[in-house]
Amino acid sequence: MRNLSSRLILIAVIVALAAWIDFSTELKIPNPITGQTLWRRDVSPKLGLDLRGGLQVVLEADLPEGTEISNEQMETARLILENRTNALGVNESVLQVAGSNRIVGEFPGVADPDEVKATLGQTGRLEFVDFGFLPIAAGTVVQTDVEGGEATDLNNLPTDPTTPIIYHTVMTGDKIETALVSTSQLGEYYIAFTLTSEGAAIFGEHTSTHTEQYLGIVLDKVVISAPTIGSAITSGEGVIEGGFTADSANALAIQLRYGSLPIPFKVVESRVVGPTLGQDSLQKSLVAGLVGIIVVFLFMGIFYRVPGVLADFAIIIYALIAFAVFKYFHFTLTLAGVAGFLLSTGAALDANILIFERMKEELRAGRTLRTAVDLGWTRAWSSIRDSNLATIITSVILFWFGSTFGATIVKGFALTLALGVGISLFTAILVTRTLLNLVLKFIKPGTENPKWFGI
Amino acid sequence: MNILGKRYWYFALSLLVILPGMVLIALNGLPLSIDFTGGSILEVRFAGETPAPADVVAVYESLGVKDAQVQTTGTGTVQIRSSFLSEASGEEDTGETATSTAVQAALREEFGELTVERFDSVGPSIGRQVTQRAALAVAIAALAVVFYITYTFRGLEHAFRYGVIAIVAMIHDVAVVMSITALGGQFWGWQVDALFLTALLTVIGFSVQDKIVVFDRIRENSNVYRRLPYETLANHSIIQTLQRSINTQLMTVEFMLLALALFGGITLREFAVILLIGLFSGTYSSIFIAAPILVVWEKQEWKTWFRRKEETQTI
Repeated sequence: MRNLSSRLILIAVIVALAAWIDFSTELKIPNPITGQTLWRRDVSPKLGLDLRGGLQVVLEADLPEGTEISNEQMETARLILENRTNALGVNESVLQVAGSNRIVGEFPGVADPDEVKATLGQTGRLEFVDFGFLPIAAGTVVQTDVEGGEATDLNNLPTDPTTPIIYHTVMTGDKIETALVSTSQLGEYYIAFTLTSEGAAIFGEHTSTHTEQYLGIVLDKVVISAPTIGSAITSGEGVIEGGFTADSANALAIQLRYGSLPIPFKVVESRVVGPTLGQDSLQKSLVAGLVGIIVVFLFMGIFYRVPGVLADFAIIIYALIAFAVFKYFHFTLTLAGVAGFLLSTGAALDANILIFERMKEELRAGRTLRTAVDLGWTRAWSSIRDSNLATIITSVILFWFGSTFGATIVKGFALTLALGVGISLFTAILVTRTLLNLVLKFIKPGTENPKWFGI
Repeated sequence: MNILGKRYWYFALSLLVILPGMVLIALNGLPLSIDFTGGSILEVRFAGETPAPADVVAVYESLGVKDAQVQTTGTGTVQIRSSFLSEASGEEDTGETATSTAVQAALREEFGELTVERFDSVGPSIGRQVTQRAALAVAIAALAVVFYITYTFRGLEHAFRYGVIAIVAMIHDVAVVMSITALGGQFWGWQVDALFLTALLTVIGFSVQDKIVVFDRIRENSNVYRRLPYETLANHSIIQTLQRSINTQLMTVEFMLLALALFGGITLREFAVILLIGLFSGTYSSIFIAAPILVVWEKQEWKTWFRRKEETQTI
């Protein structure tokens, strides 16, 4: 049977691929001649906050109800918040827009949740700072006199290098009216901005007396750019140019427009899980899962005999594939996700049980083994298809519910459930059936013992 | 084996399970957790001796939080539930509510070093929306399932009936879970939280899956045995799928959940128990609720409900 051997090869390839992903933390394909890495992908398992500990924060736009918030505003706010929290050095933090007015932030393994929350709660401040003739690189943290304090005289710098320099803030970001990216005739990107009338006056005075000097653009005390003043800008309209790419120009324009967050936010929900509680839960649920699976495997073997053992094999393959998919696509495993996964193995067995029960019926009706196997499959298929499709419909709706709402538990559960159902269909149809056909090849017609099939 | 003949007994049994819980819910409401009502849960482990609950409550009260409830957990931590504690947000201080940082600082000062195992804090507005959205999600899912079943059973007479009954039986399962949870809340302090919601949604998903397997058999049999009366046909279909229902639901899924409930840590215990009950109810209702209602509908038995008893029994 050519069909059988090609199926077996397909299964072997898939299992090998899944095992490769399951048992490594990084995938690499080296070029066999030069030894260079051609392709790589990080497949280390991602554990959710409830399993490894950490902080989850839900921020909500702090605006009167019914205020229109554009998707662009939310995305900009998310970007700014992401930059801020990255600056804190939290690894693998994730910020996502949820629904129309919420942002969900997840910070695994943070030691100081209060610091993160305080940073998120700040309203960012954009300042235009006089740097005199000092070329200060982007990314430098500077002190300014905007909250008071005396600015250092830049023409008369302190000789002691430990004395901090306090720069003078010319104006703050709220005096910018618009900032847009344009391209010159040479195809170079520049940013055109307009100022409010108050801003135009301040800016006109400063630029006419400080030409050729640096004007720093500073967000939350971090220098983002420091262009030189080419000529006096008194009209309230100016341009910033020089060495921009489309992306960098756009990013700066956004920061100029929304230096402070486009919308104010407040913390409406926060969850902190200590690292020990998470590990404890993970270990216990893994033990529980193992116990459950062993009992179920024994049951299948005892009740359904040969097909039951084959189904056990299929479930192991199912678990290998499912885990590989989780790792490859960087799905986060949460406690509810682990539970969903365990339940879905039960559902994966359901397809097998439906088929085996059907097979037994056909055997009892006096059909030969081969016919019974084939009939079992075709007759059970409609109920497997319809019932699993209904589950997939439900999980898609739950997933939508979870992601619009930032309910990560529900989302993780729906995803594992849907994936579990999908992969279980594949293993039941392809793996169990192929293995059973393989076994049938070794049984001579007429010698089969119905006891092997649980009758 | 005549399963469907005793159909009114099953309805009575289900009511017996559902009604007490419903009465409790009507009287006290569901035991909602902070996920829905808003509020804070702070779970801490003290390095030194664990203080008495009353002392912890006193610390909260000194900060103006009047509704703190303190519970010592089995693992030696202390769990404090209270109204929403606002966040330390640098500049603004609302002055109305104590911040979580202030509470932790005060606890440290009073009882020595501590580690925060868990701190959940949910604003009041968000909880209300969770409930609304969840109800909406379930309603949409139910509608989608009705349409799907009507479509996939379109070859049968009254295909729409199957969809509607699947949902009725699903509501039965939800009611059973709610009722048991209300009882659990009354006697063991269970709470309805986001995990409960997940469990409920799973029950809904698997409940429908189970109904479809039974309906599928009716669909197949109705093509084979065209002459049989509907009740016999349905009864026959149930018996044919009985072994599968027992094996899938009881032997595999319920085993897995039992293992989770027994060995799977405190966080998952309630979740596992609720799923256990819900999925059992899902299997039960396919056989003892959905199929009987199909027969009741087919025979339009409600026309005889209010007549004299002898007449109903002759059917």
